[in-house]
Amino acid sequence: MANLLRNRLNPADWAITVVDRDNEHCYQPGFLFVPFGIYSPRQLVKDRAGLLPKGVEFVAAAIEQINPVKGEVLVAGGEILPYDLLIVATGTDIVPSETPGMLDGWRDTVFDFYTMDGSAALAQKLEAFKGGTLAVHINEMPVKCPVAPLEFTFLSDWYFTQRKLRQAVDIVFVTPLPGAFTKPVAAAALGALLDERKIRVVPEFGTERVDAAARKLIGYDGREVAYDLLVTVPTNMGAEVIERAGMGNELRFIPTDPKTLRSKKYENIFVLGDATDLPSSKAGSVVHFQAEILAGNIERAIAGKPLAGEFDGHANCFVETGRGKAILIDFNYEVEPLPGRFPFPIIGPMPLLKPGRINHLGKLAFRWIYWNMMLKGRPIPFIPNRMKMAGKKRPGPAPGKTK
Amino acid sequence: MPQRLFGTATVDVDADGFMTDFAQWTREVAAAIAKEEAIAELTPAHWKVIEFMHKEFKEIGQVPSIRKLNKSGVVTTKELYDLFPSGPAKKAAKIAGMKKPEGCV
Repeated sequence: MANLLRNRLNPADWAITVVDRDNEHCYQPGFLFVPFGIYSPRQLVKDRAGLLPKGVEFVAAAIEQINPVKGEVLVAGGEILPYDLLIVATGTDIVPSETPGMLDGWRDTVFDFYTMDGSAALAQKLEAFKGGTLAVHINEMPVKCPVAPLEFTFLSDWYFTQRKLRQAVDIVFVTPLPGAFTKPVAAAALGALLDERKIRVVPEFGTERVDAAARKLIGYDGREVAYDLLVTVPTNMGAEVIERAGMGNELRFIPTDPKTLRSKKYENIFVLGDATDLPSSKAGSVVHFQAEILAGNIERAIAGKPLAGEFDGHANCFVETGRGKAILIDFNYEVEPLPGRFPFPIIGPMPLLKPGRINHLGKLAFRWIYWNMMLKGRPIPFIPNRMKMAGKKRPGPAPGKTK
Repeated sequence: MPQRLFGTATVDVDADGFMTDFAQWTREVAAAIAKEEAIAELTPAHWKVIEFMHKEFKEIGQVPSIRKLNKSGVVTTKELYDLFPSGPAKKAAKIAGMKKPEGCV
């Protein structure tokens, strides 16, 4: 946003300040690969200051309080930052303490890969894992990067196959969702892939607690899932400061207009990314598409013009499936992930909802694009902010009919 | 738009069987949907949840999540799973005549 807005707003009229808790910007999509030794944590961090343009002030401090009525942000150390316009992008984090018993086994038999430390610790654990049941688990929706647990599952299958240990490892995917995915077309595609790789799925599992001593997940309905190693995505919640400021819902996410990205309660506060309560996925691509639209709305707000309701919930996500391939899904609020080709009909080059090598290469190449284009506010060619139907095949009216 | 007949009432539903027009909901419709969801009878405990869902939707415009229901004090998560087994937020929403709860993935 800083990069997008510094270009558009006259420095004589508008000062831009970015506040973040430290100077370390992490490439979060890379955390998935750390447990498997594909990336090291060092490769995933850059200084925040270096990513910001000239003419933007950077304050590296924890945010203690936001006062929406007074229009002030209070940071650790006592500095008060008054604002005329505020963009909140405080994200979401895992909160394992929300599930009784989860922390009892933490970093012993229960691991996460949503944090730098967690994924590094898991790398060591996986290297030493010689057999037993590996449970990959989603505690409660929504979570950020909802495909990551599936990716982790596929990569585990590949990892243990490489090490000739796959027969000794029983991989089970435990989810509160009705299947691998909520939407039917993608659920069928991904479910079939899980089947093929001999990965058990335990759906509709509402986790009541973890019995770390007995190594079991216990569901509200009485079902239990035994494991030797639990890789979990704990409950995701927004930043604690959102609760302190009285700005969030029961998960500390901020009620936001789904199309304009303005907060529902405060006219001069806009919300971006995981910190919103929008029904779109909490995904990096979503933030990217939101950002370009939000920049336009900030300009309109400043000019006193009506905001444009342009954001359509567009998300575009790679789903790593191991073995050098990945699936690409492209969807929005209205349209579920559909098969076809992206971004262009027929010529693609990326297949949708089907594993492909080019998608896997795309996922890896994305790290460069992230640091050098996306964060700097440079447009990504051919990828529209609003989802396009071009290249997609809608399911036919009569299932079973051939063309 | 597909339609279903519940008792004497005809209602519009989406592909998953969720009502698309809340004005058509009645307690009779709710009981009929419940039966299809393998809930033989709606007890006062069920109705408390349904009424809370209506209130939330009216005030906030969103179908409450399991967490919201738990925090509301109307019902605990454990009770919710007992009342509406297997995917309770979705099941309760369907019986309450609400749209399918959001959540892409």
